[in-house]
Amino acid sequence: MTSTVDRARFDSLSPVEGLGGLGRPPADAFLSVRDLQVHFPTDDGLVRSVDGLSFDVARGRTLGIVGESGSGKSVTSMSVMGLHKPGTVRMSGSILLDGQELVGADSDTVRALRGKRMAMIFQDPLSAMHPFYTVGHQIVEAYRVHHNVSRAVAYKHAIDMLGRVGIPQPRSRVDDYPHQFSGGMRQRAMIAMALSCDPELLIADEPTTALDVTVQAQILDLIRDLQAEFSSAVILITHDLGVVAELADDILVMYAGRAVEYSAAEQIFERPQQPYTWGLLASMPRMDRARTERLRPIPGTPPSLITVPSGCPFHPRCAYADLTEGLSRTQRPPFREVLADHHIACHLTSAQRRDIWDNEIRETL
Amino acid sequence: MSTATGPGRAGAVAEGSDALLSVTGLTKHFPIRRGLLQRQVGAVQAVDGLTFDLARGETLSLVGESGCGKTTTGRLLTRLLEPSAGSIRFEGRDITHLSTGRMRPLRRDVQMIFQDPYGSLNPRHTVGTIVGAPFRLQSVKTDKGIKRTVQDLLELVGLSPEHYNRYPHEFSGGQRQRIGIARALALSPKLIVADEPVSALDVSIQAQVINLLEDLQEEFGLTYVVIAHDLSVVRHMSDRVAVMYLGNLVELAGRDALYAQPMHPYTTALMSAVPLPDTRRRGARERIRLQGDVPSPINPPPACRFSTRCWKAQEVCRTVAPELVELRPGHRVACHFPENVDVPTPAATPEAVDS
Amino acid sequence: MIRRVIGAIILLFIVSAVVFAIFFLVPRIGGASVDDLASRYVGKSAGAEQIHQTAIRLGFTDPIWVQYGRFVKGIVAGADYNYGAGIEHCPAPCLGYSFLTQNPVLPDLLDRLPVTISLASGAAFLWLLGGVATGVLSALRRGSVLDRTTMGIALAGVSLPIFFTGLLSLSIFSYGLGWTAPGGANPMDASTPWDWAYRLLLPWITLAFLYAAAYARLTRAGMLETMNEDYIRTARAKGLRERDVVVKHGLRAALTPILTIFGLDLGLLLGGAILTETTFSLPGIGQYAVQAVTNNDLPKVLGVTLLGAAFIIVANLVVDLLYAVVDPRVRAS
Ligand SMILES: Nc1ncnc2c1ncn2[C@@H]1O[C@H](COP(=O)(O)OP(=O)(O)OP(=O)(O)O)[C@@H](O)[C@H]1O
Ligand SMILES: Nc1ncnc2c1ncn2[C@@H]1O[C@H](COP(=O)(O)OP(=O)(O)OP(=O)(O)O)[C@@H](O)[C@H]1O
Ligand code: SF4
Ligand code: SF4
Ligand SMILES: [Mg+2]
Ligand SMILES: [Mg+2]
Repeated sequence: MTSTVDRARFDSLSPVEGLGGLGRPPADAFLSVRDLQVHFPTDDGLVRSVDGLSFDVARGRTLGIVGESGSGKSVTSMSVMGLHKPGTVRMSGSILLDGQELVGADSDTVRALRGKRMAMIFQDPLSAMHPFYTVGHQIVEAYRVHHNVSRAVAYKHAIDMLGRVGIPQPRSRVDDYPHQFSGGMRQRAMIAMALSCDPELLIADEPTTALDVTVQAQILDLIRDLQAEFSSAVILITHDLGVVAELADDILVMYAGRAVEYSAAEQIFERPQQPYTWGLLASMPRMDRARTERLRPIPGTPPSLITVPSGCPFHPRCAYADLTEGLSRTQRPPFREVLADHHIACHLTSAQRRDIWDNEIRETL
Repeated sequence: MSTATGPGRAGAVAEGSDALLSVTGLTKHFPIRRGLLQRQVGAVQAVDGLTFDLARGETLSLVGESGCGKTTTGRLLTRLLEPSAGSIRFEGRDITHLSTGRMRPLRRDVQMIFQDPYGSLNPRHTVGTIVGAPFRLQSVKTDKGIKRTVQDLLELVGLSPEHYNRYPHEFSGGQRQRIGIARALALSPKLIVADEPVSALDVSIQAQVINLLEDLQEEFGLTYVVIAHDLSVVRHMSDRVAVMYLGNLVELAGRDALYAQPMHPYTTALMSAVPLPDTRRRGARERIRLQGDVPSPINPPPACRFSTRCWKAQEVCRTVAPELVELRPGHRVACHFPENVDVPTPAATPEAVDS
Repeated sequence: MIRRVIGAIILLFIVSAVVFAIFFLVPRIGGASVDDLASRYVGKSAGAEQIHQTAIRLGFTDPIWVQYGRFVKGIVAGADYNYGAGIEHCPAPCLGYSFLTQNPVLPDLLDRLPVTISLASGAAFLWLLGGVATGVLSALRRGSVLDRTTMGIALAGVSLPIFFTGLLSLSIFSYGLGWTAPGGANPMDASTPWDWAYRLLLPWITLAFLYAAAYARLTRAGMLETMNEDYIRTARAKGLRERDVVVKHGLRAALTPILTIFGLDLGLLLGGAILTETTFSLPGIGQYAVQAVTNNDLPKVLGVTLLGAAFIIVANLVVDLLYAVVDPRVRAS
């Protein structure tokens, strides 16, 4: 599938800006996103939902994308899947799926990849399934788009898939309608549908947000097990840092449509480098600690994506913006590698970060 | 400091103490009606036989999964719903079946904050009207006039007095929740029932609102009943925690005791299901995975309602309903085979409530 | 289900009673004597005595409930009538005899039914197809020239009276261009199905146009809503072809409420049929109804009304049942 033509496209992008600070995609990356921009022209102005985002996901790895509401997580996943309505969106940058460029690709090409090489599960499994078709029918449909088999064969496959995601008595439940399933079973059915064509990339956009904790735990286990079995690349989108800590190998923290920190999960939780990530971790009440002192909220509110603050979009809320000699207010911090495989977007020098970490952050986390 | 006074009052804080609110056998069944004649064909047993006391100045949290009856309990406590059975006493006075008219003076003392910061504010009213409404409804005169008082309230919850004439849609989620809090505070209530006050908010904003609620409690000596499903938020905010499952109270204990040594199997499972933001503990935690989903409250399992998902269930669990009994001082559990009973009480476990 | 059917029958009786009251009781309350009523059924030259005899013969002098009882009995058990020329038996279900022509009402109605049904079914087919297709296209190309033109035409279609569109199209296509049959051609006399369709084409189009316009607007609104649903996104995420996404997922959901309205409209179609049949001089129920009303011929009016009511009630029943078929969530409860 890897085409040299598409690889060549990369070289035409400017080395710093164009690669969004991440450099050329590593050889094992199944999905590589570079400097992705997704903007929506609206009556109120241009909404910069995603503004220069870069990351890689390899087969068998899980990338967790975290960020607050409106930070552009869903828009990113929809861009990879090519699900934005054409004409309403302006997209630039590069999305390479196994070497194949998706930005600007012909819509039929992307459609043929959807469901087969990349699949997606959504937050609310009730509204994400068609109320008028049986669960089985919907899986059969997903399978037959990409496989030229008879209905009977696909139906067998659907029962098989339902069994594999842990639906009890799949043979009798396959003809049920979504409303006859409980929330957890619906999400299992969605996963069965997404995995029916054995995709190499699975995007899960808040797959457990609508579920109860005990059911969430079941679903997260299921995703983990299936990933081990299918060894697909997984993108897990959530605002729950606990969920990514459980599942993700790498974590991308987003703020206002941009990546602010990107590294291995352990790094993000144990040695975070970026003021927004610090704020996020410190503001979280924790179940695993007996700490009773006050929480440390991030002051203010997330910015509008139409009038994004100048310079670093976090500067109006950042406690350290004054340490950068005005840079935070005027210049967008480049996304750069500050430790091995650890990228952040911040003007603070490494000495400043070390200092703040040692004196203020370490003991609070 | 607290002793059980018979099975019916197993959740009592103390005998005839200064409990602000005490609830005995509180039950709410919503009838299900069908057909032309609207015959009752069944009932949603949303809340079934809750018994507990609430001490002045404490924060009691109600936790449990969706549909376990938390909101219904909150609405019963504030008498927005009529209980089907049981009793509620507020400051020693039985308010279980008070009529709307007789409830009115009480509404000043008991207020509710709602989950949805978008739906619970009338979009056509200004912030001033919304926050000032309790004064008008109760025809309360204020020293400085309503407008001044409302502006003070807005400042108190971290909004600006200039917001008086703005409309709810001009505010972010966190700000709207502050408006709801200002409205609840208007008549200086004694008890505030907060139904999922932060679950619709982002983490960074959540922390702002949690801190605000804590500050207000300290300043005005408020008593809170916090309804939440997020065990992290609950651990941070509460003095005592009540765990509900399918309309029943299954465990009631001081916060630290509950988190350190949960006794009810459901509580244990619930806690082990919460994903922790800590990569070091990945895989190291003991996991208990419950099978299946919560059963329907229309046809709850007999006796112990958790028996269909409980890994310790025995025959007796399906035939004899476990009573909520005090297994340790201040720690009440409804289970035939509780966990952590042999473990010695940790020295650090503080008393449930300090009055 | 059985309760539904019984309800429907009770409803029919209520309708008949109300119509009965309107035509009999209201004039009496307004001060008209029985003779005033009867005078409409005899020649202008008739004397007072003759009019009174007619009133007695028609049963106008009996108390109103007796008259109504007689009418109901006729439907259930049949009735005997004496119109001077000997006693005639009218078997159940008897809707009575026309006061004016003294023909039994029911056979007359049944005679005309095929015309109306031909008109209605053809038009319904056309409007459903045309309305839904244009609605879907406009929804998909929202804001485009196509969308704005069709919605403009649809707005006109909803507001223009049938008389106008009917006569206009008659004069252009039939009398002007000679492409279609002139008015007054009874489709039931046609020898071939082709001829039948040829005779009905213009009435179909005229009637369908009115409804198609409304359906196009409905479909468009429904499609705009369903195409924003989460399950449409899921369908696309599976890699379905856009055509399948639109038809199998979007339209499937958008059609459900339209089906309900379609059922109701079919029942109410008589109203549209009256105007169309009059405009195109088609000998159907609608035309019959117009004659009955202008002549104040009570049994005919009652007959048409009952038939219309039966239509509506049956259509409603069918829609309820169909709804359970198309929406599994309804089936469950
Ligand atoms: N089609 C669109 N037109 C205009 N703006 C859009 C569109 N889709 C998304 N946006 C905007 O882009 C921003 C990012 O949205 P997105 O859905 O990616 O957020 P998110 O990170 O997924 O948040 P959440 O956690 O709430 O799901 C939001 O401000 C949203 O309003
Ligand atoms: N007015 C009502 N009529 C009938 N049933 C009701 C009514 N209100 C609540 N219920 C049912 O009672 C049960 C408990 O509902 P409740 O809203 O108290 O749950 P909850 O614990 O607040 O859940 P959540 O976390 O989802 O808010 C549910 O099964 C619900 O469907
Ligand atoms: S660039 Fe400046 S404002 Fe942005 S995070 Fe770093 S210190 Fe804060
Ligand atoms: S009583 Fe039995 S079923 Fe219920 S929680 Fe205890 S052990 Fe489990
Ligand atoms: Mg999202
Ligand atoms: Mg609730």
